[in-house]
Amino acid sequence: MSMLISTRAIEILLVEDNVEEAEMTMAALKDGRVRNRVHWVEDGEEALTFLRRQGRFDGMPRPDLILLDLRLPRLSGQEVLAVVKEHPDWRRIPVVIMTSSDDERDITCAYQRHANCYITKPVDMDKFIEAVRSIENFWLTVVKLPAA
Amino acid sequence: MTQTHDAPPVLSFPGGRLMSAPGARPPVEILLVEDSRDDADLMAAALAEGTLAPRLSIVEDGEEAVRYLRRLPPYESAPRPDLVLLDLHLPRKNGFEVLADVKTDPALCLIPVVILTSSDDERSFLSAYDLRANCCVPKPGDQEQFARIVRHIESFWLTVARRPRTSPAPELSGGSNS
Repeated sequence: MSMLISTRAIEILLVEDNVEEAEMTMAALKDGRVRNRVHWVEDGEEALTFLRRQGRFDGMPRPDLILLDLRLPRLSGQEVLAVVKEHPDWRRIPVVIMTSSDDERDITCAYQRHANCYITKPVDMDKFIEAVRSIENFWLTVVKLPAA
Repeated sequence: MTQTHDAPPVLSFPGGRLMSAPGARPPVEILLVEDSRDDADLMAAALAEGTLAPRLSIVEDGEEAVRYLRRLPPYESAPRPDLVLLDLHLPRKNGFEVLADVKTDPALCLIPVVILTSSDDERSFLSAYDLRANCCVPKPGDQEQFARIVRHIESFWLTVARRPRTSPAPELSGGSNS
């Protein structure tokens, strides 16, 4: 799939308040086949600050993909999702919801707010890593991400 | 409303084909909107090979796709698809128009739509994402790779991702988190 090989690293914004899960996610992404750079923030407010490139995020790239937890301090994942998907420039950035919630209402609400897809995080560590690898494999090698 | 299919496994619609993988009452319905018979056949074969055995309905132009999704004649009994695979270059109504129709219709907007196109025009992908495509996948020219890509899409959307319940119409607000 030579046409899909990117000359620059894929920039991923990871919004996750659980340190252990963030570390596992980053480790699994690092092992992936496609060169990528993960920018990790721990709450919803910081995610928007990152996207606005404010403060310590000055000069940060615009992410090619956002991995977004739902249960976050300060601003929830659903709220971040709504802001991103209503924003004229950010709305095209694919947002993958990664959450422990398998509540049907969360799933419906996320898709209504134009989440690009919704993944329930497995509790088991090996399965968790496998899920991240599936995301990496699909979104970084099969999908064509929108160029900024 | 949940459609059940005790009827014969293969239905045919005028202007459309419904192909079914063998197996007892496969749970997942896929609508493929593709005007190239060759591509549609290749995709149907790739989907039939897997263990998931989704039911595949095929329509060949954008106008038919919208009629199918809105259950307009002759598609009154069409199941609501769990996933739509949509080509962009289609006769009568193009893929962008179909995408816009689906994603602005409250009854249809939750259905995940995967754009599959041979176009490598960057702007086409951007427009599709702007119109709320769930993802865009370039069609490889090589047949084997194409089949592999189709199986990737199938396994990601049918086994990894959680899909919204697309019928009956879900409640319109809230999530347990917000």
